[in-house]
Amino acid sequence: MKAIVAVVAALFTVAALGWALLAYAHSGHDGKKPARVPLPNMATYKGEQCVEPAAEMRRNHMKYILHQRDETMHKGIRTTRHSLKNCINCHADPKTGSVRGKDGFCESCHAYAAVRPDCFSCHSDKPEQEARNTAGVRPAAVRARAAENVRRAVSGKTP
Amino acid sequence: MNRRDVLGLGAAAVTATLLAPGLRLIELARARAPEEAATGRRRWGLLIDASKCGDCDACVTACRDENGWDGHGRPATDAQWIRKVTLTDRQTGHVQALPLMCQHCADPPCVDVCPTGASFKRADGIVLVDKHICIGCRYCMMACPYQARSFVHEDVTNQKHHAPRGKGTVESCTLCVHRVDAGGIPACVEACGKNGNKAMVFGDLKDGQSEIARRLARASSLQIRPDLNLNTGVRYQNI
Repeated sequence: MKAIVAVVAALFTVAALGWALLAYAHSGHDGKKPARVPLPNMATYKGEQCVEPAAEMRRNHMKYILHQRDETMHKGIRTTRHSLKNCINCHADPKTGSVRGKDGFCESCHAYAAVRPDCFSCHSDKPEQEARNTAGVRPAAVRARAAENVRRAVSGKTP
Repeated sequence: MNRRDVLGLGAAAVTATLLAPGLRLIELARARAPEEAATGRRRWGLLIDASKCGDCDACVTACRDENGWDGHGRPATDAQWIRKVTLTDRQTGHVQALPLMCQHCADPPCVDVCPTGASFKRADGIVLVDKHICIGCRYCMMACPYQARSFVHEDVTNQKHHAPRGKGTVESCTLCVHRVDAGGIPACVEACGKNGNKAMVFGDLKDGQSEIARRLARASSLQIRPDLNLNTGVRYQNI
Protein backbone atom coordinates (compact mmCIF):
# COMPACT_ATOMS: atom_id res chain seq x y z
CA MET A 1 0.00 0.00 0.00
CA LYS A 2 2.78 2.35 1.02
CA ALA A 3 4.56 1.63 -2.29
CA ILE A 4 1.44 2.53 -4.31
CA VAL A 5 1.09 5.84 -2.45
CA ALA A 6 4.76 6.61 -3.07
CA VAL A 7 4.48 5.89 -6.79
CA VAL A 8 1.34 8.06 -7.10
CA ALA A 9 3.04 10.87 -5.18
CA ALA A 10 6.10 10.63 -7.42
CA LEU A 11 3.97 10.68 -10.58
CA PHE A 12 2.05 13.67 -9.28
CA THR A 13 5.25 15.55 -8.51
CA VAL A 14 6.65 14.87 -11.98
CA ALA A 15 3.39 15.96 -13.64
CA ALA A 16 3.24 19.13 -11.56
CA LEU A 17 6.85 19.97 -12.36
CA GLY A 18 6.28 19.38 -16.04
CA TRP A 19 3.21 21.58 -16.08
CA ALA A 20 5.02 24.34 -14.22
CA LEU A 21 7.93 24.17 -16.66
CA LEU A 22 5.61 24.29 -19.66
CA ALA A 23 3.72 27.23 -18.21
CA TYR A 24 7.01 29.03 -17.54
CA ALA A 25 8.32 28.39 -21.01
CA HIS A 26 5.04 29.46 -22.58
CA SER A 27 4.78 32.70 -20.60
CA GLY A 28 7.83 34.10 -22.36
CA HIS A 29 6.27 33.75 -25.81
CA ASP A 30 2.74 35.01 -25.34
CA GLY A 31 3.66 38.32 -26.96
CA LYS A 32 1.70 40.38 -24.46
CA LYS A 33 4.30 40.66 -21.78
CA PRO A 34 7.04 43.15 -22.72
CA ALA A 35 10.34 41.38 -23.29
CA ARG A 36 13.15 42.12 -20.90
CA VAL A 37 15.39 43.03 -23.82
CA PRO A 38 13.94 45.02 -26.72
CA LEU A 39 13.59 42.95 -29.88
CA PRO A 40 16.16 43.71 -32.58
CA ASN A 41 15.34 45.90 -35.54
CA MET A 42 14.89 43.55 -38.46
CA ALA A 43 13.76 46.12 -40.99
CA THR A 44 15.02 45.71 -44.53
CA TYR A 45 15.23 48.63 -46.89
CA LYS A 46 16.10 47.25 -50.29
CA GLY A 47 15.03 44.23 -52.26
CA GLU A 48 12.27 41.75 -51.59
CA GLN A 49 14.28 38.67 -50.79
CA CYS A 50 17.60 38.00 -49.11
CA VAL A 51 20.23 35.97 -50.96
CA GLU A 52 19.14 32.92 -48.94
CA PRO A 53 15.88 32.23 -47.05
CA ALA A 54 15.60 34.40 -43.93
CA ALA A 55 15.55 31.44 -41.53
CA GLU A 56 18.73 30.09 -43.09
CA MET A 57 20.41 33.48 -42.88
CA ARG A 58 19.45 33.96 -39.24
CA ARG A 59 21.10 30.70 -38.32
CA ASN A 60 24.02 30.59 -40.76
CA HIS A 61 24.86 34.07 -42.09
CA MET A 62 28.26 34.00 -40.43
CA LYS A 63 29.16 30.74 -42.17
CA TYR A 64 28.34 32.25 -45.56
CA ILE A 65 30.33 35.40 -44.81
CA LEU A 66 33.27 33.44 -43.42
CA HIS A 67 33.38 31.15 -46.45
CA GLN A 68 33.21 34.10 -48.83
CA ARG A 69 35.89 35.91 -46.84
CA ASP A 70 38.41 33.13 -47.35
CA GLU A 71 37.51 32.64 -51.01
CA THR A 72 37.97 36.34 -51.73
CA MET A 73 41.06 36.90 -49.61
CA HIS A 74 43.07 33.87 -50.65
CA LYS A 75 41.76 32.97 -54.10
CA GLY A 76 40.60 36.33 -55.40
CA ILE A 77 37.06 35.07 -56.01
CA ARG A 78 34.94 38.17 -55.94
CA THR A 79 31.37 37.05 -56.37
CA THR A 80 29.03 39.38 -54.54
CA ARG A 81 26.18 37.07 -53.52
CA HIS A 82 27.51 36.19 -50.06
CA SER A 83 29.84 39.11 -49.56
CA LEU A 84 29.73 41.42 -46.55
CA LYS A 85 29.46 44.34 -48.94
CA ASN A 86 26.29 42.86 -50.36
CA CYS A 87 24.82 42.51 -46.84
CA ILE A 88 25.60 46.13 -46.07
CA ASN A 89 24.39 47.49 -49.40
CA CYS A 90 20.90 46.11 -48.73
CA HIS A 91 20.62 46.30 -44.96
CA ALA A 92 22.10 49.71 -44.17
CA ASP A 93 19.58 52.09 -42.67
CA PRO A 94 19.03 54.88 -45.21
CA LYS A 95 18.74 57.40 -42.35
CA THR A 96 22.06 56.64 -40.69
CA GLY A 97 23.66 55.09 -43.80
CA SER A 98 24.97 52.28 -41.63
CA VAL A 99 24.28 48.78 -40.34
CA ARG A 100 25.58 49.83 -36.93
CA GLY A 101 24.05 52.06 -34.29
CA LYS A 102 21.29 51.22 -31.84
CA ASP A 103 18.77 50.30 -34.53
CA GLY A 104 21.29 49.21 -37.14
CA PHE A 105 20.50 45.87 -38.76
CA CYS A 106 23.70 44.14 -37.63
CA GLU A 107 24.24 45.80 -34.30
CA SER A 108 20.71 45.64 -32.88
CA CYS A 109 20.48 41.90 -33.44
CA HIS A 110 23.97 41.22 -32.15
CA ALA A 111 23.21 43.26 -29.04
CA TYR A 112 20.07 41.17 -28.55
CA ALA A 113 22.05 37.96 -28.92
CA ALA A 114 24.93 39.32 -26.82
CA VAL A 115 27.45 38.67 -29.61
CA ARG A 116 30.04 41.24 -30.60
CA PRO A 117 30.91 41.15 -34.30
CA ASP A 118 34.33 42.64 -35.03
CA CYS A 119 33.80 43.00 -38.79
CA PHE A 120 33.53 46.76 -38.49
CA SER A 121 36.81 47.42 -36.75
CA CYS A 122 38.28 47.01 -40.25
CA HIS A 123 35.38 46.97 -42.72
CA SER A 124 33.24 49.95 -43.61
CA ASP A 125 29.71 49.77 -42.19
CA LYS A 126 28.33 51.99 -44.92
CA PRO A 127 26.95 50.92 -48.29
CA GLU A 128 28.99 51.57 -51.37
CA GLN A 129 27.95 54.60 -53.36
CA GLU A 130 25.85 53.76 -56.37
CA ALA A 131 28.48 55.15 -58.70
CA ARG A 132 31.06 52.70 -57.43
CA ASN A 133 28.65 49.79 -57.32
CA THR A 134 30.82 46.89 -58.40
CA ALA A 135 27.90 45.07 -59.98
CA GLY A 136 27.84 47.69 -62.71
CA VAL A 137 31.50 48.59 -63.00
CA ARG A 138 33.29 45.28 -63.05
CA PRO A 139 31.74 43.47 -66.00
CA ALA A 140 32.09 46.58 -68.16
CA ALA A 141 35.76 46.92 -67.20
CA VAL A 142 36.34 43.24 -67.83
CA ARG A 143 34.57 43.40 -71.18
CA ALA A 144 36.59 46.45 -72.21
CA ARG A 145 39.84 44.75 -71.29
CA ALA A 146 38.89 41.58 -73.09
CA ALA A 147 37.98 43.54 -76.22
CA GLU A 148 41.28 45.41 -76.03
CA ASN A 149 43.18 42.14 -75.71
CA VAL A 150 41.42 40.73 -78.75
CA ARG A 151 42.22 43.85 -80.77
CA ARG A 152 45.83 43.61 -79.69
CA ALA A 153 46.08 39.95 -80.57
CA VAL A 154 44.48 40.39 -83.99
CA SER A 155 46.48 43.45 -84.96
CA GLY A 156 49.67 41.98 -83.55
CA LYS A 157 50.48 45.27 -81.88
CA THR A 158 51.28 45.78 -78.26
CA PRO A 159 50.78 49.07 -76.49
CA MET B 1 27.13 40.67 -100.42
CA ASN B 2 27.04 37.43 -102.33
CA ARG B 3 27.95 33.93 -101.34
CA ARG B 4 31.51 34.24 -102.62
CA ASP B 5 32.13 37.38 -100.53
CA VAL B 6 30.81 35.71 -97.40
CA LEU B 7 33.03 32.68 -97.95
CA GLY B 8 36.01 34.93 -98.66
CA LEU B 9 35.45 36.90 -95.49
CA GLY B 10 35.15 33.69 -93.50
CA ALA B 11 38.41 32.37 -94.94
CA ALA B 12 40.13 35.70 -94.21
CA ALA B 13 38.91 35.59 -90.63
CA VAL B 14 40.17 32.03 -90.19
CA THR B 15 43.56 32.92 -91.71
CA ALA B 16 43.86 36.01 -89.52
CA THR B 17 43.11 33.94 -86.43
CA LEU B 18 45.69 31.35 -87.34
CA LEU B 19 48.47 33.56 -88.58
CA ALA B 20 48.20 36.60 -86.34
CA PRO B 21 50.75 36.63 -83.54
CA GLY B 22 47.85 36.23 -81.13
CA LEU B 23 47.67 32.47 -81.39
CA ARG B 24 46.66 32.56 -77.75
CA LEU B 25 43.60 34.52 -78.73
CA ILE B 26 41.19 32.59 -76.56
CA GLU B 27 43.31 32.81 -73.46
CA LEU B 28 43.89 36.52 -73.90
CA ALA B 29 40.25 37.30 -74.46
CA ARG B 30 39.32 35.65 -71.20
CA ALA B 31 39.79 38.20 -68.46
CA ARG B 32 39.22 36.51 -65.13
CA ALA B 33 35.56 36.36 -64.16
CA PRO B 34 34.56 37.21 -60.57
CA GLU B 35 33.90 33.55 -59.75
CA GLU B 36 37.25 32.43 -61.13
CA ALA B 37 40.15 31.94 -58.73
CA ALA B 38 43.54 33.54 -59.33
CA THR B 39 45.96 31.05 -60.86
CA GLY B 40 49.67 30.56 -61.17
CA ARG B 41 49.45 30.99 -64.94
CA ARG B 42 49.99 34.67 -64.24
CA ARG B 43 52.47 36.51 -62.11
CA TRP B 44 51.79 40.17 -61.61
CA GLY B 45 54.75 42.47 -61.44
CA LEU B 46 55.95 46.04 -61.71
CA LEU B 47 58.80 47.57 -63.64
CA ILE B 48 60.06 50.93 -62.46
CA ASP B 49 62.38 52.99 -64.61
CA ALA B 50 64.42 54.96 -62.09
CA SER B 51 65.82 57.24 -64.79
CA LYS B 52 62.32 58.54 -65.51
CA CYS B 53 61.22 58.79 -61.89
CA GLY B 54 61.67 62.38 -60.87
CA ASP B 55 60.80 64.67 -58.06
CA CYS B 56 57.07 63.96 -57.87
CA ASP B 57 55.15 61.76 -55.47
CA ALA B 58 52.08 61.06 -57.60
CA CYS B 59 52.34 57.34 -56.86
CA VAL B 60 52.44 57.84 -53.09
CA THR B 61 49.51 60.24 -53.11
CA ALA B 62 47.49 57.99 -55.39
CA CYS B 63 48.13 54.96 -53.17
CA ARG B 64 47.16 56.88 -50.06
CA ASP B 65 43.94 58.09 -51.64
CA GLU B 66 43.11 54.71 -53.11
CA ASN B 67 43.70 52.69 -49.97
CA GLY B 68 42.99 55.29 -47.30
CA TRP B 69 46.14 54.97 -45.22
CA ASP B 70 46.26 58.65 -44.41
CA GLY B 71 48.36 59.09 -41.28
CA HIS B 72 48.04 61.06 -38.08
CA GLY B 73 51.12 63.18 -38.70
CA ARG B 74 53.26 60.77 -36.70
CA PRO B 75 55.83 59.48 -39.17
CA ALA B 76 57.37 57.02 -36.72
CA THR B 77 54.18 54.99 -36.43
CA ASP B 78 51.99 55.98 -39.38
CA ALA B 79 51.30 53.35 -42.00
CA GLN B 80 53.13 53.71 -45.28
CA TRP B 81 52.44 51.35 -48.15
CA ILE B 82 54.71 53.08 -50.65
CA ARG B 83 57.43 55.69 -50.23
CA LYS B 84 59.93 57.59 -52.28
CA VAL B 85 63.51 56.65 -51.56
CA THR B 86 66.41 58.90 -52.50
CA LEU B 87 69.68 57.28 -53.49
CA THR B 88 72.84 59.34 -53.42
CA ASP B 89 76.13 58.21 -54.86
CA ARG B 90 78.54 59.52 -52.24
CA GLN B 91 81.47 59.59 -54.63
CA THR B 92 79.85 61.38 -57.53
CA GLY B 93 76.99 63.14 -55.79
CA HIS B 94 74.50 61.70 -58.28
CA VAL B 95 71.01 61.66 -56.72
CA GLN B 96 68.19 59.40 -57.82
CA ALA B 97 64.69 58.88 -56.45
CA LEU B 98 62.51 55.83 -56.80
CA PRO B 99 59.33 54.46 -55.27
CA LEU B 100 59.69 51.52 -52.90
CA MET B 101 56.87 49.27 -51.80
CA CYS B 102 56.24 45.58 -51.15
CA GLN B 103 58.36 43.82 -53.77
CA HIS B 104 55.95 40.88 -54.04
CA CYS B 105 58.73 38.32 -53.77
CA ALA B 106 58.36 34.82 -55.16
CA ASP B 107 59.93 33.56 -51.93
CA PRO B 108 58.71 36.11 -49.44
CA PRO B 109 60.45 36.13 -46.03
CA CYS B 110 57.32 37.63 -44.45
CA VAL B 111 55.42 34.48 -45.36
CA ASP B 112 58.21 32.26 -44.01
CA VAL B 113 58.10 33.83 -40.56
CA CYS B 114 54.35 34.36 -40.12
CA PRO B 115 53.21 32.14 -37.24
CA THR B 116 49.52 32.14 -38.18
CA GLY B 117 49.48 31.96 -41.97
CA ALA B 118 48.13 35.49 -42.22
CA SER B 119 51.00 36.55 -44.45
CA PHE B 120 50.59 34.66 -47.69
CA LYS B 121 51.33 34.73 -51.39
CA ARG B 122 48.41 34.43 -53.75
CA ALA B 123 48.65 32.06 -56.70
CA ASP B 124 49.28 34.97 -59.06
CA GLY B 125 52.23 36.21 -57.00
CA ILE B 126 50.61 38.99 -55.00
CA VAL B 127 51.81 38.96 -51.38
CA LEU B 128 49.07 39.90 -48.93
CA VAL B 129 48.17 39.98 -45.25
CA ASP B 130 44.96 38.21 -44.27
CA LYS B 131 44.03 40.60 -41.47
CA HIS B 132 41.36 38.19 -40.26
CA ILE B 133 44.16 35.87 -39.17
CA CYS B 134 46.88 38.43 -38.36
CA ILE B 135 47.61 38.67 -34.64
CA GLY B 136 49.82 41.73 -34.97
CA CYS B 137 53.07 40.08 -33.87
CA ARG B 138 55.04 42.00 -36.51
CA TYR B 139 57.54 39.23 -37.24
CA CYS B 140 56.90 39.93 -40.93
CA MET B 141 57.89 43.56 -40.46
CA MET B 142 61.20 42.46 -39.03
CA ALA B 143 61.72 39.86 -41.75
CA CYS B 144 61.03 42.15 -44.69
CA PRO B 145 64.32 43.47 -46.09
CA TYR B 146 62.50 46.36 -47.77
CA GLN B 147 60.69 47.63 -44.66
CA ALA B 148 57.58 47.54 -46.76
CA ARG B 149 55.14 46.66 -44.01
CA SER B 150 53.39 48.84 -41.47
CA PHE B 151 51.53 48.15 -38.27
CA VAL B 152 48.27 49.92 -37.60
CA HIS B 153 48.66 51.44 -34.16
CA GLU B 154 45.42 53.36 -33.89
CA ASP B 155 41.71 52.87 -34.46
CA VAL B 156 40.73 53.41 -38.06
CA THR B 157 37.44 54.86 -39.25
CA ASN B 158 35.99 55.57 -42.70
CA GLN B 159 37.95 52.83 -44.38
CA LYS B 160 37.65 52.37 -48.10
CA HIS B 161 35.27 49.58 -49.05
CA HIS B 162 37.92 47.77 -51.05
CA ALA B 163 40.73 48.26 -48.50
CA PRO B 164 39.67 47.21 -45.00
CA ARG B 165 42.18 48.29 -42.33
CA GLY B 166 42.11 47.94 -38.59
CA LYS B 167 44.12 48.48 -35.44
CA GLY B 168 46.42 45.66 -34.40
CA THR B 169 47.15 44.26 -37.84
CA VAL B 170 50.04 44.56 -40.27
CA GLU B 171 49.50 45.84 -43.78
CA SER B 172 51.39 46.66 -46.93
CA CYS B 173 51.01 47.26 -50.64
CA THR B 174 48.42 44.89 -52.07
CA LEU B 175 49.39 45.71 -55.67
CA CYS B 176 45.82 47.12 -55.66
CA VAL B 177 44.50 43.59 -55.77
CA HIS B 178 40.92 44.83 -55.93
CA ARG B 179 41.71 46.69 -59.14
CA VAL B 180 43.79 43.88 -60.60
CA ASP B 181 40.98 41.38 -59.97
CA ALA B 182 38.65 43.71 -61.85
CA GLY B 183 41.02 43.84 -64.83
CA GLY B 184 42.60 47.17 -63.85
CA ILE B 185 46.06 48.40 -62.93
CA PRO B 186 47.38 49.61 -59.55
CA ALA B 187 46.60 53.19 -58.55
CA CYS B 188 50.30 54.16 -58.39
CA VAL B 189 50.93 53.03 -61.96
CA GLU B 190 47.84 54.84 -63.19
CA ALA B 191 48.87 58.04 -61.39
CA CYS B 192 52.46 57.78 -62.62
CA GLY B 193 51.16 57.53 -66.17
CA LYS B 194 48.71 60.40 -65.80
CA ASN B 195 50.36 62.91 -63.47
CA GLY B 196 53.87 61.56 -63.11
CA ASN B 197 56.76 60.69 -65.36
CA LYS B 198 55.45 57.42 -66.80
CA ALA B 199 58.12 55.51 -64.96
CA MET B 200 56.01 52.51 -63.92
CA VAL B 201 54.69 49.56 -65.91
CA PHE B 202 52.38 46.92 -64.51
CA GLY B 203 51.71 43.57 -66.10
CA ASP B 204 51.94 39.83 -66.23
CA LEU B 205 55.56 38.68 -66.00
CA LYS B 206 54.65 35.26 -67.40
CA ASP B 207 52.94 36.64 -70.51
CA GLY B 208 55.71 37.03 -73.07
CA GLN B 209 53.56 39.43 -75.07
CA SER B 210 52.94 41.82 -72.20
CA GLU B 211 54.72 45.14 -72.23
CA ILE B 212 56.45 44.48 -68.94
CA ALA B 213 57.84 41.12 -70.08
CA ARG B 214 59.04 42.56 -73.38
CA ARG B 215 60.77 45.46 -71.70
CA LEU B 216 62.38 43.16 -69.17
CA ALA B 217 63.61 40.95 -71.98
CA ARG B 218 64.94 43.91 -73.96
CA ALA B 219 67.00 45.72 -71.35
CA SER B 220 68.72 44.83 -68.13
CA SER B 221 66.86 45.31 -64.89
CA LEU B 222 67.62 44.61 -61.29
CA GLN B 223 66.01 43.50 -58.11
CA ILE B 224 66.79 45.32 -54.91
CA ARG B 225 68.92 43.05 -52.72
CA PRO B 226 69.36 40.36 -55.38
CA ASP B 227 71.74 38.61 -52.98
CA LEU B 228 68.74 37.42 -50.97
CA ASN B 229 67.39 35.40 -53.91
CA LEU B 230 63.82 36.47 -53.27
CA ASN B 231 62.91 36.79 -56.95
CA THR B 232 60.97 40.00 -56.55
CA GLY B 233 57.96 40.86 -58.67
CA VAL B 234 58.94 44.54 -58.62
CA ARG B 235 61.96 45.26 -60.77
CA TYR B 236 63.94 48.41 -61.42
CA GLN B 237 65.84 49.74 -64.40
CA ASN B 238 68.56 52.37 -64.70
CA ILE B 239 69.50 52.59 -61.05
